[in-house]
Amino acid sequence: MLIWNSKAECDNRDDRKVQQLYNLKKLVRHVYETIPFYKTKFDEVGVKPDDIQSMADIAKLPFTSKDELRETYPYGLLAVDEKEIVEIHTSSGTTGTPVLAAYTEADMDMWSEVTARCLCMAGGTPDDVVQNAYGYGMFTGGLGVHYGSHKLGCNTIPAASGNTKRQLLLMRDFKSTILTCTPSYSLYMAEVAREIGIDFKELSLKAGIFGAEPWSDNMRKEIEQKLNLKAFDIYGLTEIVGPGVSAECEAHNGLHVNEDHFYPEIINPDTGEVLPEGEKGELVFTTITREGTPIIRYRTRDITWLWHDECPCGRTTVKMHRLLGRTDDMMILRGVNIFPSQIENVLMRIEETEPHYQIVIDRGDSHLDEVELQVEVEPSFFTDETKSLERIKNKISAEIKQELGISMMIKLVEPKSIARSEGKAKRVMDKRKL
Amino acid sequence: MKVKQISVFLENKNGRLAEVTRILSEGNISLRALTIADTADFGILRIISEQPDKTLELLKEHNLTARVTEVIGVRLGDKPGALHEVMEVFEKNKVNIEYLYSTLMVQDDQVVIMFKVEDIDYGLEIIKNNGMEAITAF
Repeated sequence: MLIWNSKAECDNRDDRKVQQLYNLKKLVRHVYETIPFYKTKFDEVGVKPDDIQSMADIAKLPFTSKDELRETYPYGLLAVDEKEIVEIHTSSGTTGTPVLAAYTEADMDMWSEVTARCLCMAGGTPDDVVQNAYGYGMFTGGLGVHYGSHKLGCNTIPAASGNTKRQLLLMRDFKSTILTCTPSYSLYMAEVAREIGIDFKELSLKAGIFGAEPWSDNMRKEIEQKLNLKAFDIYGLTEIVGPGVSAECEAHNGLHVNEDHFYPEIINPDTGEVLPEGEKGELVFTTITREGTPIIRYRTRDITWLWHDECPCGRTTVKMHRLLGRTDDMMILRGVNIFPSQIENVLMRIEETEPHYQIVIDRGDSHLDEVELQVEVEPSFFTDETKSLERIKNKISAEIKQELGISMMIKLVEPKSIARSEGKAKRVMDKRKL
Repeated sequence: MKVKQISVFLENKNGRLAEVTRILSEGNISLRALTIADTADFGILRIISEQPDKTLELLKEHNLTARVTEVIGVRLGDKPGALHEVMEVFEKNKVNIEYLYSTLMVQDDQVVIMFKVEDIDYGLEIIKNNGMEAITAF
């Protein structure tokens, strides 16, 4: 297995820390002196650049929220002259004002570097053919992976998302070895492949690098089995850089964070207090090497935890667990915190259903939350009898109750009736007026 | 003889049944029987048509979830007590009936009742041994 940058990725942890502190100090001083937004915020809590003497001092700095990024749109947080910018992206957010990410030449090099690292973590080499089915354009997913693939020297197929039949034909004709897209889209590809008679066993894919939405271990198994490849998780967000923030290596035990560029912390989302390694909470990043739009302590709303271990791959970078959900994706149903990925986990265990589902939350006359889980029936389990279908319903209901501790109404729906997404899957419809 | 019945999974929502009848009508399918077993949120439509294979193909083409189920069609005289005769024979011989329904066929004072039984071969044998007639096809 190739390690793209063993100096950085396998560095002694103490040496890395020295470098991180150097970069953090430099960044804090720079944003304090050049960006009024940060100066005001630092002054409000009474922190000066000189107060940063160790990495632990980062906790003295105020957080940056997505709302603040929106409020300062477009160029309020730009840390360099506009003429230094060579590319911009905006967040894929579906609501409200977008969020800007601006890149200098050095930022572009760094971005290509970290995505190349991620491709290597999934076993990529310059001999690979990377079919990149993330969306291109303002969304960072497509181009970020694209740059990394170029950097690594792979044959890059910029398929972008959608046009699924063509994706499959490209895969077959150009013998793609690495597929990159959202996990839900990969399962949709499997479905279309079956319809048009393409067998993944006859294709050349060895790895899939999936990200941009939370998924579960069971979904991984399903993808690996249906697409006949090894599935790797990749994580990133536009505000920080795009894809390339962290990714899984062949150990499939957590995502290595490219922490020489993106310094992670886990905080208690309610109090803002920094939590010790191993505790679950909200992920926060500081982009210690970004030039264009660096961010201090950005609250990602993603829930995970961090740890160090002696990874068999040899990398020493801190690991984050695959996402457990987002603080704003979390549903509170009858007082119970639920992540859609938990529901997915249950459905993946039940062979009679497809992993396509939708959750509809409403508040009935009783003023209690009513949750309807719409699940597609796997066609081969459709029988002629209502009682066998009722049995499937009861099975789902019992498993959900056991796993999540709440009851949901289960509605079996026709195969393919739940809208497929070629990007992020929309799983939850909340009709409550909260 | 076994008769091929087409069963279709239908969500209970507006227009779903009309969608099926439209597909069948456009495919020029002659219906001989139609029945729905329903629950709160879904139904199973059971169809006997003159062209079962074509019916199945058409429905699948339109992305409906459908399958073939084998049933027995018993020809009975159109007179009081005729159904009861069959039921008695089935009861005596312990043929488990899962469901039954009548068809749209009334011909020469005879009707056809469709039976879905647990063990179809056994059910057919009982019908034959008791001097009754199971239809071969429509």
